[in-house]
Amino acid sequence: MSIDQSTAAKVAKLARIKVEDDALPALASEFNTILGFIEQLNEVDVDGVEPMVSVTPMRLKRRKDEVTDGNQQDKVLANAPDAREGFFAVPKVVE
Amino acid sequence: MSDLNKLGLAEARDALRSGDVTSVELTDACLKAIDEADALNAFVHKTPELAMERAKAADERIQHGDAPSMCGLPIGIKDLFCTKGVPSQAASKILEGFKPEYESTVSQQLADAGAVMLGKLNMDEFAMGSSNETSTYGNAVSPWRRGNDDAQLTPGGSSGGSASAVAADLCLAATGTDTGGSIRQPAAFVGITGIKPTYGRCSRWGIVAFASSLDQAGPMTKNVRDAAIMLETMCGHDPKDSTSAELSVPNFEAMLTGDIKGKKIGIPKEYRMDGMPAEIEKLWADGAAMLKAAGAEIVDISLPHTKYALPAYYVIAPAEASSNLARYDGVRYGRRAQLAQGDGITEMYEKTRAEGFGPEVQRRVMVGTYVLSAGFYDAYYNRARRVRTLIKKDFEDVFAAGIDAILTPATPSAAFGLGEMTEADPVQMYLNDVFTVTVNLAGLPGISVPAGLDAQGLPLGLQLIGRPWEEGDLLNTAYALENAAGFVAKPGKWW
Repeated sequence: MSIDQSTAAKVAKLARIKVEDDALPALASEFNTILGFIEQLNEVDVDGVEPMVSVTPMRLKRRKDEVTDGNQQDKVLANAPDAREGFFAVPKVVE
Repeated sequence: MSDLNKLGLAEARDALRSGDVTSVELTDACLKAIDEADALNAFVHKTPELAMERAKAADERIQHGDAPSMCGLPIGIKDLFCTKGVPSQAASKILEGFKPEYESTVSQQLADAGAVMLGKLNMDEFAMGSSNETSTYGNAVSPWRRGNDDAQLTPGGSSGGSASAVAADLCLAATGTDTGGSIRQPAAFVGITGIKPTYGRCSRWGIVAFASSLDQAGPMTKNVRDAAIMLETMCGHDPKDSTSAELSVPNFEAMLTGDIKGKKIGIPKEYRMDGMPAEIEKLWADGAAMLKAAGAEIVDISLPHTKYALPAYYVIAPAEASSNLARYDGVRYGRRAQLAQGDGITEMYEKTRAEGFGPEVQRRVMVGTYVLSAGFYDAYYNRARRVRTLIKKDFEDVFAAGIDAILTPATPSAAFGLGEMTEADPVQMYLNDVFTVTVNLAGLPGISVPAGLDAQGLPLGLQLIGRPWEEGDLLNTAYALENAAGFVAKPGKWW
């Protein structure tokens, strides 16, 4: 599997990371090095092997569906780059 | 007492209890050492006022006889741990200015036990790296040098600041985290002890997530006894981490008898890599001989899927990272990029993440995005998870056959120079974790113990891998190895 520049650009877009056009060839080449390394996994016979979900056998615990925390709007917003009137502020999303 | 910063945890605890020293004195000695060691770039956020406040409180507790083991002991905290009101950036530009409103469970447990936080320690950005060269704070530097050569060496990564600080006696011990070897590799590079416990032993709550199915916190200390003391305080069930194990935590220190008679120690043939330096090969053989002389039985074993651990890791870890790091969007915390006129929310995300993440983090997030994307999920991600099942089974099989612990080298080489790997492709750097990464994939406890010096006078470590949840037994085997190896070398002070 070889990654070309347009695939690299697509991946960058999916990851929401801006990559300038002139940086795409180097990025694609790095991807190919890493994916080439990963290709070794194709040598392994994985027929009938379950993909691992949890490294230690455990059932996720359940608890009552009730509010256990909250009422700390000021703390939630304290680290926001832009918070206004009790909300996170972002550039216009809907025209 | 002089040079209080050079004490280990156990020695300092005993001196505090006998009244020979106060926590304020210990803390003061460490703060002075830290201020003299800016050249190491280990402490990146210093908290002297907070430290003194906690030291005074600890001294009061000790006077009242209410002193758990860690009470009054000055330690460093890796920047990956969220610490209330203190910058916690995971060494990333994208978390610039972030001061958590909460405290990670592990650092809270240490604080509750009376430990004194001296500040935050350098690391690779988001714990992604093996040399501490991806940090937004710049490189952490090892206190070790190759003889009289003044070239700067890596303290390893990702817990490079922790390793450098403990080896240089800036603190008595430090926290680290380990996703693929990030406690054990740096510990080996600087001649200290580092243990990654079984997955689920330490709560991950409040620790910035890299790869959630692999991440574990652990102590980095000056010896095995100290590791036992600090690990016990860090462990325990936490309802806020759904993967945290509901198991009681034993008194690890009490399990250090040094008696390993009859223990079966496995030597895995697959860890004998082509091109392994003769020094590493010899260290490994010497370690096996020491354990044998202490009464253990040495058994040749096979872990057939070892070769596929690194490639599986470099699918699974980036996949989980791409998902975990999606939260850094410039909205809720950290740094938002300056936007141009007319930029919308997509431009905000893309610019913020391009500016805020360094090259290695970007690379891993994008590799993770790729292996999880439609059409490749099965071929890469699911295949890697199947291989992970086989890797875990390799260990289960040898443990079922009666093996108590497995002895391997900790790293494929001694510490390299900062900048020496710049020209190498990313995969070359990944090979640093070849002996440690299997342990994370299988969720097992692993400990790195300093065992010798190479020809250039740099520390080399051995790794012991234990059965799940049997950290106490593993620490005891490590204690026997430590006693036999008698490693006492320290770096000469040049900083």
